Amino acid sequence: MTIQEAHSSIVEDFENLGDWEEKYKYIIELGRSLPAFPEDYRTAKNKIEGCQSQVWMNSKFEKGKVFFEADSDAMIVKGLIAILLKVYSGFTPDEILSTPPEFMKKIGIDNHLSLTRKNGLGAMLKQIKMYAVAFKALADRQHS
Amino acid sequence: MSFTETKSLLKIAKQGKRVFDVLKIRDDFPILHRTVNGKPLVYLDNAATTQKPKAVIDSITNYYTYENANIHRGLHFLSEVATEAFEGARLIVKEFINAMSASEIVFVKGATEAINLIANTMCRSDIFKSGDEIIISQMEHHANIVPWQINFQKKNIKLKVIPITDEGELDLDAYRNLFTERTKLVSIVHTSNSLGTVNPIKEIIEIAHKEGVQVLVDGSQAVPHRKVDVQDLDCDYFVFSGHKLFGPTGIGVLYGKTKYLEKLPPYQGGGDMIRTVSFEKSTFDDIPHKFEAGTPNIEGGIALGVAINYLNEFNFGDITSHEQSLLDYATSELLKINGLRIIGTSPNKASVISFVIDGIHPYDIGTIIDTDGIALRTGHHCTQPIMQRYNLPATARASFAFYNTLEEVDKLIAGLNKVIKMFS
Repeated sequence: MTIQEAHSSIVEDFENLGDWEEKYKYIIELGRSLPAFPEDYRTAKNKIEGCQSQVWMNSKFEKGKVFFEADSDAMIVKGLIAILLKVYSGFTPDEILSTPPEFMKKIGIDNHLSLTRKNGLGAMLKQIKMYAVAFKALADRQHS
Repeated sequence: MSFTETKSLLKIAKQGKRVFDVLKIRDDFPILHRTVNGKPLVYLDNAATTQKPKAVIDSITNYYTYENANIHRGLHFLSEVATEAFEGARLIVKEFINAMSASEIVFVKGATEAINLIANTMCRSDIFKSGDEIIISQMEHHANIVPWQINFQKKNIKLKVIPITDEGELDLDAYRNLFTERTKLVSIVHTSNSLGTVNPIKEIIEIAHKEGVQVLVDGSQAVPHRKVDVQDLDCDYFVFSGHKLFGPTGIGVLYGKTKYLEKLPPYQGGGDMIRTVSFEKSTFDDIPHKFEAGTPNIEGGIALGVAINYLNEFNFGDITSHEQSLLDYATSELLKINGLRIIGTSPNKASVISFVIDGIHPYDIGTIIDTDGIALRTGHHCTQPIMQRYNLPATARASFAFYNTLEEVDKLIAGLNKVIKMFS
């Protein structure tokens, strides 16, 4: 699946849902199915400060692709993390950097859940891009 | 809209009081009739900010439509009118908290600026010397912690902290033991915004005064709920925000006893606070204008006066007792919910209830219940030391004003039961 397909797929998922209660139920379901976050990664370095909920994120660079693992103490935030990982984890730095989070507008997340400091997801998105930039620089150095 | 003379809105009412009828009161607040997510708004975030009665909203439009001018400067008609309105509002505030004189009322942006003003001017004067101490408590809002820390950087001054009990009350024995010969000030919250606790403020002030120490009271959460008399309390400074008292944002009050305000240096420099200015030296105006540099928030001051006059239509005792019944009913209904725990269980509380539910993060509670049009606050409520005290990342908080109803408590309970079902 390309990064564009991953983005379209999540938009489709949400288009099939009814009102916000149904959407939240789906987000909660995604949160529950998020793989367990390794306790070793729950460090201060991996913590993203949100105003209301705590978010942790770890990243790996393997075979040219960036992989993210993340967790939160709030279930809805976990669900939103699951969405972010679906659309950004497992892609190359270039793919990540050239794909803005437009799906958020399309599924209405940005209206209903201000992805600002409230839930730390805005900060997480920024962090995803920063890791992509850092891994890209690393890869460029290794190739030159 | 038709023209109303602002000064007529700011006359101190002498007529009889309104009968307390919550449905009629709700009609005075336009926003309470809107829907959110297709449901009638249930606004339970009054400790963050209160809604505004139509009289307050209209007074701002009226002022700008008919009476706008800069104050204290012009000789022209409108300047006189605007000055009279702004100073009329000061008089209303003075009566509201029973200050000795209107010159003891300084208009500021809010409680936060009021505390910053005191912290800044005290630290710049010789009131604080290196090694001095001030006493605050573990239940302070960040606005009564951070201004001291910022201003203390220049001088080596220590913050000493009154601990709180499991119930969320101040440990008064510990408080008595915090005084030393270096204690210069007690800066303390009247009513806690996250626990709801109403502190025995008069006793706290008496204890400090016996030690010869001045007291600043953060009354932001007190004034919307009960009558405050600064002379009866004998506090030396009292601060509150207008927007928590049904007035607009960006206006608040610093009360200080004349003898103390006169000794403090100016806070900011600029127009309206000076007597003479030359490049060698400037001299400053008397209180309160010494602390009000620049053009103030004129419409904010006026609208705050109008908000207070609106409250003056009621017996304050009626407001307090209606809120007490909301608090009692909500407390008993909330405690029927399995796994729900109230943080702050003092018998002396304002209508503010912080709670947590086992296994459900407050963020999740707040997000889901919002889909039912119910506005709760979740988070640390700008009181991180309280969260640390109870070892919690956050709480959910319902805070009631006198326009809330018992039916809205029922909606809150139904909303929470739905949240629990979704996460079970």
